Amino acid sequence: MALKLDAKIPAGPLAEKWSNHKAAIKVVSPANKRKLDIIIVGTGLGGASAAASLGELGYNVKVFCIQDSPRRAHSIAAQGGINAAKNYQNDNDSVYRLFYDTIKGGDYRAREANVYRLAEVSNLIIDQCVAQGVPFAREYGGLLANRSFGGAQVSRTFYARGQTGQQLLLGAYAALNKEIAAGSVKSYPRHEMLDIVIEDGEARGIIARNLVTGEIERHGAHAVVIATGGYGNVFFLSTNAMASNGSAAFQCYRKGAGFANPCFTQIHPTCIPVHGDQQSKLTLMSESLRNDGRIWVPKKLEDVKAIRSGAKKPSDIAEEDRDYYLERRYPAFGNLVPRDVASRAAKERCDAGYGVNETGLAVFLDFKTAIERLGKETIKQRYGNLFDMYEEITDVNPYEQPMQIFPAVHYTMGGIWVDYNLMTTIPGLYAIGEANFSDHGANRLGASALMQGLADGYFVLPYTIGDYLSHKIQAPKVKTDTKAFDEAEKGVREKIARLLSINGKQSVDDIHKKLGHIMWENVGMARTKESLQKAITEIQALRKEFWKDVKVVGRENDFNVELEKALRLADFLELGELMARDALLREESCGGHFRSEHQTEEGEAKRDDENFAYAAVWEYKGMDQVPEMTKEPLNFEFVHPAQRNYKD
Amino acid sequence: MNFTLKIWRQKDAKSKGAFETYKVENISADTSFLEMLDILNNDLVHQGKEPVAFDHDCREGICGMCSLHIDGQAHGPSKGATTCQIYMRKFKDGATITIEPWRSAAFPVIKDLVVNRSAYDQILQAGGFISVRTNSVPDANAIPIPKKDADESMDAAACIGCGACAATCKNGSAMLFVAARVSSLAKLPQGRVEATRRAKAMVAKMDELGFGNCTNTGACQAECPKQISITHIARLNREFLSAKFKD
Amino acid sequence: MSCFLSNSSLGKKLVMSVTGCFLVLFILFHMSMNVTAIISPEGYNAICEFLGANWYALAGTVVLAAGVLIHFIYAIILTLRNYKARGSQRYAVTVQEEGVAWASKNMLVLGFIVLAGLLLHLFNFWSKMQLVEIMGQHTNSLGYSPADGAALIRYTFSQWYYVVIYLVWFAALWFHLTHGVWSMFQSVGWANDTWYPRLKCIANIVATIIFLGFAAVVLVYFFCPCIAGAC
Repeated sequence: MALKLDAKIPAGPLAEKWSNHKAAIKVVSPANKRKLDIIIVGTGLGGASAAASLGELGYNVKVFCIQDSPRRAHSIAAQGGINAAKNYQNDNDSVYRLFYDTIKGGDYRAREANVYRLAEVSNLIIDQCVAQGVPFAREYGGLLANRSFGGAQVSRTFYARGQTGQQLLLGAYAALNKEIAAGSVKSYPRHEMLDIVIEDGEARGIIARNLVTGEIERHGAHAVVIATGGYGNVFFLSTNAMASNGSAAFQCYRKGAGFANPCFTQIHPTCIPVHGDQQSKLTLMSESLRNDGRIWVPKKLEDVKAIRSGAKKPSDIAEEDRDYYLERRYPAFGNLVPRDVASRAAKERCDAGYGVNETGLAVFLDFKTAIERLGKETIKQRYGNLFDMYEEITDVNPYEQPMQIFPAVHYTMGGIWVDYNLMTTIPGLYAIGEANFSDHGANRLGASALMQGLADGYFVLPYTIGDYLSHKIQAPKVKTDTKAFDEAEKGVREKIARLLSINGKQSVDDIHKKLGHIMWENVGMARTKESLQKAITEIQALRKEFWKDVKVVGRENDFNVELEKALRLADFLELGELMARDALLREESCGGHFRSEHQTEEGEAKRDDENFAYAAVWEYKGMDQVPEMTKEPLNFEFVHPAQRNYKD
Repeated sequence: MNFTLKIWRQKDAKSKGAFETYKVENISADTSFLEMLDILNNDLVHQGKEPVAFDHDCREGICGMCSLHIDGQAHGPSKGATTCQIYMRKFKDGATITIEPWRSAAFPVIKDLVVNRSAYDQILQAGGFISVRTNSVPDANAIPIPKKDADESMDAAACIGCGACAATCKNGSAMLFVAARVSSLAKLPQGRVEATRRAKAMVAKMDELGFGNCTNTGACQAECPKQISITHIARLNREFLSAKFKD
Repeated sequence: MSCFLSNSSLGKKLVMSVTGCFLVLFILFHMSMNVTAIISPEGYNAICEFLGANWYALAGTVVLAAGVLIHFIYAIILTLRNYKARGSQRYAVTVQEEGVAWASKNMLVLGFIVLAGLLLHLFNFWSKMQLVEIMGQHTNSLGYSPADGAALIRYTFSQWYYVVIYLVWFAALWFHLTHGVWSMFQSVGWANDTWYPRLKCIANIVATIIFLGFAAVVLVYFFCPCIAGAC
């Protein structure tokens, strides 16, 4: 039984779809809103803004997060900025241009209607955030400043120093606090959703674990919203926070929600290279550094050797012996090409033997030219904190020697499939922000994640959820003593008991590192049929190993981090295989998904619009069963997919 | 590098805790402090022992989740850095490192090095926001804000709510945290509208939750990982007192 | 309004600030008065006479005593609360944070030393001067006229241990003021990053002037009583 996919994209001209849709969908009266309960899982930009907005509208909202405070969600770590089509710089920006850049940046694998809506509400986000007291950077005249970002030729990125994500999240968190104080939202920090409860085919609530006491709790609601972010930590090493995980989304998939494009992973080009096998986390250096930094490797292999051995310093290499390979390959965008392009280009140089550190997996990001042109002071003003951070981590002073960078897993474009209303294939179950399969297609542009999280939470979901809830105004409070809740809770308890009883020899991290290694080698920046098949076999074996040999210490009814990690890893071990399967089936290269078999003569991604212009939506069939894939065709009515060109 | 770690272990909120000593060996100087604890924990798991519970998440110094009082200093020896941003090269090879949880009556220990900081959430819920509804706002450029004011607001808004200020203050005072929020919003025209109400409500909540009184030692700004200045405390005092005198 | 001065932490700090400010002003006056004793013992005695058991001097004394008392009581209230806020479990290891003055963390101890010195001072001087007049007597226990402050100074500081005790007292006061003077501006909100260095400098100058003024009288009377007209 294949999934029934109805994207519910409204008819009409692109620019009128959203307004028409808003006019057509139903609303719920204030008196009825009071009777309706909504659960929101996750408090990042999507979750916090949705909870605040829905609480404000009068719904009863329960909001859950695994951290000790809603403010700590990983949206907080976004550095660079947030895009909006304000055209404040008068550089001919427009909603259409932002839409076009985003759909092109995503390599034509996103829905036109969704992306256009995203661009359309982007301006409202900036207005909203300013009113909330987000201290965006300003010019001397007191008006908002902008910077440029990868994948765009206009300056449309709003920013708050290198802490834009933090400031936007604090804005949404403040709005959430306002509603918590007003009593319309109840917050459950240090709670993890472990299962979704489905009754009569509709979402009815969640099973959550109190992470302090270990208690298993039941929470019922008329609608459930998943806002739990991405699953990049399947790679073990990524720029995601340590606790970021795919488990909430995966439970939805397990219970029947379609999971779309799981293989679309973004590898961010500017991270600090891996230094050893005991590392737990990779550190991102803001993409904004590419505004002034130039990326290069030596032209001559003997220089590479000399640098690796320490015989030469990078600054000793003469200008003519440097290969500024992005500027060479993409003259029009230069160092500001989209992330997937920059990452792959770095990999290409390193594969050719030009990697500049001992592991051969690093390229230079150099500020020499910028310092000569603008002066050290200006560079310090712009990037001082980033430079300090780099020096603290690596013990190298980036004012004197170039930074070393290498791509790392950063963001997952794939996620739970949603229709135009952001509802999954399960009625009453919604997914927003990075958790859904999103508007970014096969590659997300910089400064667009924040835009999408807030667009979904502030300006889309609060309207579209009303359309579903308007059918629920007669429904009584959801009872949690039903069979569906009993079964879901029993499943969770059994899973926990099983994990604690294995008592094998390997720690959760040992196995997670192995999974990460399989994923990075075979489902990473470049994928082949062979590597993906290998990954599937190896992950299956590793999953068996996990369920036989993992050692989870501690007790069930306790603050037990090992248990939390084990539960998350159990899901990653299935999700990893799903990613590989999706990548295997997609016989083309697009955005973050690069199949080595499918490239142009110049080594660029070669898309196959004839056969693969669709979203691959997967349906769960059981842990060791092959999932079933259904296609949601992508119809491009308004833009014409072309090979992305960042050369001229 | 090799280290001896004296770590506070405490089963739960009710139990009495004590220091336990551990040894970690062959740690690379490039290892971060929390990675060093990860290594220790992995060893403990292999020995069938319970790993040390500590809060952490982004490991980039921005989420505010990590804490730890390391060798007598909140967030350890680096200035303007969180615990997750410290690298082992900061310590001498062979050193003994004492690791304690935040100690403040308002931050009770949950387990080992993990404390409950929900008091900070409660203070912000008391008034640390601007009361605007979604979508009922003017254009972002409708009100110009002098760059200096926006920058100052940003200085204060850099607070990550980690709790180091109250944890390091000999009086257990949360003034720097409260002041950072009050000041950040008070510097913006959008936040001025309810600035006095905000200052009063947040101070009242802070007092109610059992935080101590500021005695202007400045220890908070010295240990703040975001180096937020006590100039914001002065602004909070000003806001609060002028609000009270207007009552 | 009366309630926030006793209920709110910031209100209590305001009280500390205002009473502190008042006491600093008084101490400055007292110091200037004392210095007169070096220049002209007669002039000093004239001031003593002026400040005898007159209604304005008595009123001043009452206000002053109230100032000290409030400053003291509030300090105790605040400290008790702070002690409780710190929690029952203390840090095993602590360090002196960078840029944090020692005095700022020891204001209560310093305050106690100042208070103890004050009590001694009341016994040494006030009980033999204004109190004697209040009691309606014309000579004190030492046989001097209550307005003959210079003689009292000469007598007290001819004893070396008083010199030492008073100098320790002034030193404690110096430390207390180096933090207290700038801190009172901070507590009422009249401070910012630009003014911190200036205020701290002013605090140090005020504290030092007060210390030097008081100490000078003690030392001059101890080492060269002739200057003060004793021989």
